[in-house]
Amino acid sequence: MSDIFDEMWGDAGAGGLANMRSPYQDYGHWFDREDPKRIHRKAGQAEAFFRKTGITFNVYGTEEADERLIPFDVVPRILSAREWRRLSRGIEQRVRALNAFLHDIYHRQEILRAGRIPVELIAHNDAFLPQMVGVEPPGGIYTHIVGTDIVRTGQDEFFVLEDNARTPSGVSYMLENRETMLQMFPELFSRIPVRPVSTYPANLHRSLSACAPPACDGKPVVAVLTPGIHNSAYFEHSFLADQMGSELVEGHDLRVVDGRIAMRTTRGYTAIDVLYRRVDDDYLDPLNFKPESLLGAPGIFDVYRAGGITIANAPGTGIADDKALYSYMPDIIRFYTGEKPLLDNVPTWRCSEQDQLQYVLDNLAELVVKEVHGSGGYGMLVGPAASNKELKAFREKLQARPGNYIAQPTLALSTVPIFTRKGLSPRHVDLRPFVLMSPDRIDITPGGLTRVAMTQGSLVVNSSQGGGTKDTWVLEE
Amino acid sequence: MLGKTAGGLFWMSRYLERSENGARLVEAGFRIALTRSDTASAEWQSILATSGALADYDARHGDYDSDQVIDFLLRDASNPASVISTVKAARDNARLVRTALTREVWEATNEAWITLQALLARPVKEQDLPDVLHTIRQQKALVRGAMAGTMLRNDGFNFARLGTFLERADNTARILDVKYFLLLPSFAQVGSSLDHVQWETILRSVSALRAYRWLNGTDVSPANVAEFLLLQPQMPRSLAFCSHKIMDNLGYLEQDYGAESPSCRMAKAHYQKLKDSNIESIFERGLHQFVQDFLADSHALAVQIERDYRFQE
Repeated sequence: MSDIFDEMWGDAGAGGLANMRSPYQDYGHWFDREDPKRIHRKAGQAEAFFRKTGITFNVYGTEEADERLIPFDVVPRILSAREWRRLSRGIEQRVRALNAFLHDIYHRQEILRAGRIPVELIAHNDAFLPQMVGVEPPGGIYTHIVGTDIVRTGQDEFFVLEDNARTPSGVSYMLENRETMLQMFPELFSRIPVRPVSTYPANLHRSLSACAPPACDGKPVVAVLTPGIHNSAYFEHSFLADQMGSELVEGHDLRVVDGRIAMRTTRGYTAIDVLYRRVDDDYLDPLNFKPESLLGAPGIFDVYRAGGITIANAPGTGIADDKALYSYMPDIIRFYTGEKPLLDNVPTWRCSEQDQLQYVLDNLAELVVKEVHGSGGYGMLVGPAASNKELKAFREKLQARPGNYIAQPTLALSTVPIFTRKGLSPRHVDLRPFVLMSPDRIDITPGGLTRVAMTQGSLVVNSSQGGGTKDTWVLEE
Repeated sequence: MLGKTAGGLFWMSRYLERSENGARLVEAGFRIALTRSDTASAEWQSILATSGALADYDARHGDYDSDQVIDFLLRDASNPASVISTVKAARDNARLVRTALTREVWEATNEAWITLQALLARPVKEQDLPDVLHTIRQQKALVRGAMAGTMLRNDGFNFARLGTFLERADNTARILDVKYFLLLPSFAQVGSSLDHVQWETILRSVSALRAYRWLNGTDVSPANVAEFLLLQPQMPRSLAFCSHKIMDNLGYLEQDYGAESPSCRMAKAHYQKLKDSNIESIFERGLHQFVQDFLADSHALAVQIERDYRFQE
């Protein structure tokens, strides 16, 4: 794997300051003059800071009390203004297309009539919500909040790995990572013009408020719905509610009062206008979806349909980030925007199709295979890293349920150095920028969350699998 | 404010207060064990009774060995009244109501939990106990300081204060309930004067030994000690003081919400009852009965607050 692109050193791989890529030059000058012991000490402080602040996540399948820290690396990942311009344009185009696709698929279904994507892909897809057919979400917005996962393989080679249009998480880490860097290395920020990220909570509130439902009279009341204290992303839920000055509610705080969803307050019930829910569709409303769910509010979907509340993201958006649909994204973008996609998809084999399945089976050891409905790195196979036994087991799974899988080439993900006891050492990274969509504008916070595989050579960046994070800098023009 | 949030603030404060009281009880017991080994066993027994964990303890252990009792009171996670359990409960509630806490209060609470969890990970050696108790007190003081210094004086603050004073009054009342026989005039007559170590323990367990001396000098009579703990309006752990605060905080909430509440009415009556009492009439009626009545009133008030402000569905 000699052709790995390092974002600090470029193709040179390593070397002195002179070889450093231009976005990293200013940082490199600073780093060169720093005492590694000081940086090491600061890194220790960062960990204490995260623990004290309670920036932890719960790992599924472990004890409830087990709150873990996501490792944080002190070396920032830096993007130039030009690189960011290109990325943000591509992301904006993609998010517009996703929203248009969702509107279409729940209304006239033009794209199916035009034969651009197969009907079965929608009709037999669990992520398609028939209850949403004909429902007009307030402001016409389905995807209020999107996290677009980007990987890089070269100087100008960016790919979209995944669109997260349900309830993307990680934005609190983006914000806390910056906060931590500002506290640890203030001198860097007075020296290097880094675009701020701290406007995100205010933009989120503005963006959600701009989608208030018809029933809202006056200043919209925004609330965040969490599954509760044991959810892996609970910290983020309370963080966002706190930063927006909104209430953090659970299902048992809610009930239908006079055709609205209202929360139980110390003064009585108060209607909610916009609900930023971090609960999956299935659990949102036991009367309309999973009857055994205790996480949602009975009747919320009926209130929604009657224009009594905005649910963000809209129910049924899961169809847009379904991995089976992913391979059709270039067509979806062309269909709704009339433009050529600005960001490429990763080439993808659909195991549901016989010839493609055959290719995947023949080349399994070189490919990454993912479950169509999976997320978080669970249930996936990284061919080059798998043992023969694992490959064999996976081959059987593939043959049993081919439609459940897609495959992609093992990408030579770019690296960015992390700070280790032995100095800088390259690790693979990806990037999740966060997008906010409202009827009048799309906001993309400069940068996003850089996830980094902390183990040398590893390509798995998911926090549930031991990945870490970095602060992500976008330089001013 | 969400009803759930109000309830979370209320309980967070109750558990913080409870853990602090737990540490104080251990301190008082430890001192007796050091100075009077012959009565230590009986003393630990009454301390366990005060913390409400005697039955749990007896179910598990045969005797009242100091190390064993201390371990049970400080670090036994299966004892819901232990310091570690109550600190965890306080922190869990804080996590639940994080959006209603300042960053300082949350961090102080979280750090208290992190620190004590590490400190109490292993049995505490006798020689380390003073340091450990000191750290527990210090961590609590940091949380209290952060609350006083950074929280808005809004409804949330009042709910937190209600939790503090209800728990504190409960604790003082329970100490009296377990020790009431020591303060009975008949007992004092039998033993001629009040046993010094005994009354010192009582005052120490509410951190008020010095305060008592300021007010009463060295004159130790059952009536003085009982009056001090029940009715002294300046003593921050007396029933009268706590009741007054509870009435005030419910009054602020009434003002804030612009509506009369049944709980505030109850609190006023509750306080009036204390104010109208004097130590002679209390002894006449029976100290035990008086304390029992107080605990029952206190419980009824907590239930009414919960109902008035919709802590639960």
